[in-house]
Amino acid sequence: MVGAYIGFAAVTIGGLPIFPALLVSMALTACLGMLVERIAYKPLRHAPRISLLITAIGVSFFLEYASMYFVTPTPRTFPEVMPNISFNVGGFIINGQQLLILGITIVLMALLTYIVQKTKLGKAMRAASFDTETAQLMGVDSDKIISMTFCIGSALAAAAGVLVGVYYNTIDPLMGIMPGVKAFVAAVLGGIGILPGAVVGGILLGVVEALVAGFLSSTFRDAAAFAILILVLLFKPTGLFGKNTNEKV
Amino acid sequence: MAMLEVKDINVYYGAIHAIKGISLAVEEGEIVTLIGANGAGKSTTLRTISGLLKPKTGAINFLGNNIAGMPAHKIVREGISQVPEGRRIFAEMTVQENLELGAFTRNDTAEIQNDFKMVFKRFPRLEERKFQLAGTLSGGEQQMLAMGRALMSRPKLLLLDEPSMGLAPLLIKEIFNIIADINKTGTTVLLVEQNANMALSIANRAYVLETGRITISGDAKELAASEDIRKAYLGG
Repeated sequence: MVGAYIGFAAVTIGGLPIFPALLVSMALTACLGMLVERIAYKPLRHAPRISLLITAIGVSFFLEYASMYFVTPTPRTFPEVMPNISFNVGGFIINGQQLLILGITIVLMALLTYIVQKTKLGKAMRAASFDTETAQLMGVDSDKIISMTFCIGSALAAAAGVLVGVYYNTIDPLMGIMPGVKAFVAAVLGGIGILPGAVVGGILLGVVEALVAGFLSSTFRDAAAFAILILVLLFKPTGLFGKNTNEKV
Repeated sequence: MAMLEVKDINVYYGAIHAIKGISLAVEEGEIVTLIGANGAGKSTTLRTISGLLKPKTGAINFLGNNIAGMPAHKIVREGISQVPEGRRIFAEMTVQENLELGAFTRNDTAEIQNDFKMVFKRFPRLEERKFQLAGTLSGGEQQMLAMGRALMSRPKLLLLDEPSMGLAPLLIKEIFNIIADINKTGTTVLLVEQNANMALSIANRAYVLETGRITISGDAKELAASEDIRKAYLGG
């Protein structure tokens, strides 16, 4: 939501084209993410997981309702940033906005995978998430790594916010709630912590929603998403790509 | 002056007084071992030196700097590397990535490559399994990986916490030979062990811990020969 509004401001007030606007939005949202981490999460470093979850919900409501004060609850119309063209690919109609979203998503996914798998920062992130204490013994400053993780995550959320604005033409302060929860469903479906899993989970979730909306009724679309969540948690809690970890002792 | 001087440290776990005024010293080039029963405070002492725990009082001097209370990730940069109890390898990463993390504090790419060669020479089995996930290694291989990983930071002082834990006797012998060899090539070693026999056989000096205090200290060979130690810790 914050990312979408910054992108909106960059396009309408700043007069920027979509790509620079996207970058500005990602950069500023990344800073906000690091600030939120410092204020809301850092004091809870040794708190149980449930406290972090509750804090996450609290922070998101705080941001959503505090921003209403600044931008008013009225939805805004996101300006058209892509020429309204469409292509016919073997019987499927794809328009410019969908291509833009697909392209940016692929680039960001590839970049994220590269950072996490290949760079020193990514390796430190994986080590710290697996075993924080041992990562510290390697010289990894876990506070810095967690802050960087929030930075990257917030930048990606900003990109998603801008793209949602581009696609649906409208943004409002509460726009992030449902996509946020759905993103969680997609991540659980694919297997928490597995990047390709999250992508496949997201696509599957979208397809199921579209089928339910098309063949049954769009009223049931959200119900289908949460039915998936419940089924996955009941029958395969590790997600589609999750392995049952057999730890060697 | 000793390389490492621990002066009268007191460490608490919440309300529990785990370390009650321990002082010890490690000279450059030595192998020093801390032995004692389960729960005596051996691991706690080591974890306080590496910065994972903070002493409430007391000083820890390493090469002239007081490192007591410094965060663990900075102490590595001072030249102390710890092989933690239970190995704690990064199971979901490859052997190679584990070793790269060991060199996390360094930026000298060419020298790091040399050290990879050095570690692979010392532990040939790690080279064979370079691209394997560390979690798929056997217990002995995981211990070797944990040691190789610690060496990748080029420590001046290597802290080893129970390296023999859970290993077959033949493998324990191999691990201790390697420790002695690492020491010969210039790394000072502080070793915590429950297997007091093996520890005393390679150490120069030893400290015996009992419920958070040092009760006996001295030359490793003399301690190994002493009647009291044999009865209490070496199984008669």
